[in-house]
Amino acid sequence: MPRQMYDKGKIVAGLVIFVIIATFPFWYNIGKAAPAPELKLTDKAKAEKECVMSVTDMKAGHMQLLDEWRDEVVRSANRLYVNSKGKSFNMSLSNTCLDCHSNKADFCDKCHDYASVRPYCWDCHIDNPKATEEAKE
Amino acid sequence: MESNRRKFLKVAGISALGIAGAKPVLNAFASEQEEEAQHADVEIRKNEKALTARQWAMVIDTRKLQSEEDLKPIIEACHKTHNVPDVMDTENAEYDEDNQRHVIKWIWEEEYKHAFPTKSTEFLDDRLKNLPFLVLCNHCENPPCVRVCPTKATFKREDGIVLMDFHRCIGCRFCMAACPYGSRSFNFRDPREFIKDEDRNPEFPTRMKGVVEKCNFCAERLAVGKQPACVEASNGAIAFGDLYDPESEVRQLLKSNYTIRRKQGLGTGPAIYYIV
Amino acid sequence: MLELTVKGSKKYFGWMALVLGVIGIGFCVYVWQLISGLQITGMSRDVSWGFYIAQLTFLVGVAASAVMLVIPHYLHNYKAFGRITILGEFLAIASVTMCLLFVIVDLGQPMRLFNVILHPTPGSVLFWDMVVLNGYLFLNLIIGWNVLEAERNQVPPPGWVKPLIYLSVPWAVSIHTVTAFLYCGLPGRGYWLTAILAPRFLSSAFAAGPSLLVLLCLLIRKISKFDPGKEQIQSLAKIITYAIILNVFFFFCELFVVFYSQIPEHMDHFKYLFTGLHGHGVLVPWMWASLGLMIFSIIMLVIPSVRKNETTLAIACIAVFAGTWIDKGMGMISGGFVPNPLHHVNEYVPTVPELVITIGVYGIGVLILTALFKMAISIKEEVAA
Repeated sequence: MPRQMYDKGKIVAGLVIFVIIATFPFWYNIGKAAPAPELKLTDKAKAEKECVMSVTDMKAGHMQLLDEWRDEVVRSANRLYVNSKGKSFNMSLSNTCLDCHSNKADFCDKCHDYASVRPYCWDCHIDNPKATEEAKE
Repeated sequence: MESNRRKFLKVAGISALGIAGAKPVLNAFASEQEEEAQHADVEIRKNEKALTARQWAMVIDTRKLQSEEDLKPIIEACHKTHNVPDVMDTENAEYDEDNQRHVIKWIWEEEYKHAFPTKSTEFLDDRLKNLPFLVLCNHCENPPCVRVCPTKATFKREDGIVLMDFHRCIGCRFCMAACPYGSRSFNFRDPREFIKDEDRNPEFPTRMKGVVEKCNFCAERLAVGKQPACVEASNGAIAFGDLYDPESEVRQLLKSNYTIRRKQGLGTGPAIYYIV
Repeated sequence: MLELTVKGSKKYFGWMALVLGVIGIGFCVYVWQLISGLQITGMSRDVSWGFYIAQLTFLVGVAASAVMLVIPHYLHNYKAFGRITILGEFLAIASVTMCLLFVIVDLGQPMRLFNVILHPTPGSVLFWDMVVLNGYLFLNLIIGWNVLEAERNQVPPPGWVKPLIYLSVPWAVSIHTVTAFLYCGLPGRGYWLTAILAPRFLSSAFAAGPSLLVLLCLLIRKISKFDPGKEQIQSLAKIITYAIILNVFFFFCELFVVFYSQIPEHMDHFKYLFTGLHGHGVLVPWMWASLGLMIFSIIMLVIPSVRKNETTLAIACIAVFAGTWIDKGMGMISGGFVPNPLHHVNEYVPTVPELVITIGVYGIGVLILTALFKMAISIKEEVAA
């Protein structure tokens, strides 16, 4: 069998175009990497010192925690979370998490933007935690 | 509870692996064990004040609700508490008569002939003919909406409440076809356009477009020991309690009054009773 | 074999380009629907399913009708259908694909579609609809592909295909039965709450699908060198005749039960559709047209000379297709929702964006059908040559 490549030019051109398109996100973003954002805590959050879990756990696993919370609250009607230190929390994104972290733009959004994730929690859960604070007083 | 804790540990374990990131695998396992130790005594449970029942039920005494004026505060209390959008608010920039198609209601009023179409008769007595009836989700004992939902986004809770999990709803609207009471509304558009910031109850989430919603029997209030908002606003015209507790207020009322239910013949077991 | 779909005449590519254009427009409008929600459709709180779900219902029937070729060919060894069974199977593939797309465009939160698999709910008929529709799609893909490939190589199809073909027979019936069960098991909807709904769906399907196939066969004969065959078309015509008569018969069974029993919750929907209710009746002319077309087609089809003349047969087939389409694609869904469970009359009329999206989905079906038929016909021509 003769080893010959038909339509060599077309194939090579096609491959080059494919590689360029497939790697587009990499070279398009070259040099644009933003520095890791620094989180700002509200005074209330600072005063609390520790969140529901340790900071490292929260950083890595807050989404799983929230997922667990929402299933527990909505589907099993369990609304109380007692952490390993015996402190209990009302499992509520709107009323517990955002009560301390009422600076959504500086706390939530910064990191989410950096990680390029767009959770749609705020489509339903209060998007303006400042208003929440005021309403309570 | 046990299974919940296990599930949580699993989740924590996986997230621990996530933290490990570039660290050697061995290290990751070590940190997973640490996690487990830390989370071993996490507890997830109900609030002590939470009200519980086998099947929550409601008795609406129509003798105490004579006019539209009597119903208005009840409806308002519910819709405010739960951030139900008012798409027919004429002051809203998005107002359009056609919005009627997209109306969202949890509890509203109907004439007798619409609330009870199978019991209606031409020669109805004047009182019933002109009496406004409160209608809402019946929290059926045998709910067709729960039967048809392809994702268990609507489900029957232990205490009999037929609840919506808005996070899970795919918006197929099968439940709306299945409900024989027209109790369900669909968010054809973003509801937030119709909830004024100052009216919004920050303690209760709004919904997003593309999901079905309906009355939740104030599950969030029962969880902290409060009666449903409509009951509280009704000045004693609406009683709420456990249908299977012979001592409950609803059972006392059912024992001493003749009550009717909507489309009882369909076998859905509606839990809203009307004293007429 | 797919290479055959990218070789063709200018006309073929022109047609494909046109269809792609239609799909493109439909897609743009769908993006608009994704952004602003289903408010751009004519659906409402009372009529919560509309044109999309109606098309799904109709097309499940067209897909199921492939079995009308498979049964004579494989179970009765009717050789003549060997020539065109593949066309039926490919029509089924295009139709089921459209069905699945119509489910997706109807969803409020399409990106959560996977929840149906993440939280499987065997109690929900919609769950089963997803299972049987996907199953039917794969069955026909596997069967059609292998049988056609064998035909191209002029060898008998592999033995393992046979059991799949037999399985496809009850499976075809199941897809339309399950689709009927979506509606007929709901307690508060008198129009659908009838055991004859699934048989009605099947009979109208077995009339509509083969009618479309006859029309496609006549078209294929005109534009290609492949002749599906006179005998084949006549056999299809007989199937259509039986099926459309059964469909109208089932409809009259329904009418008798509803109107002789005089139960209002069942009668009101028929009244709404055929005479109007409380002054509302947008569908009245359509429903009479549907019934008229079906009866007209029966009269034509039962007269042998009319049926045997391919020109008049084509007219009858158009009448069958249009009549059954109006019945299922327009009346069946709206009719069940009006009046609503509280006996309010709020009508449904599809909006322009809704229709454009619908046409876009049909475009995708036409695109798939054209490509698959092109493939099948090229192979038929190749083998004949």
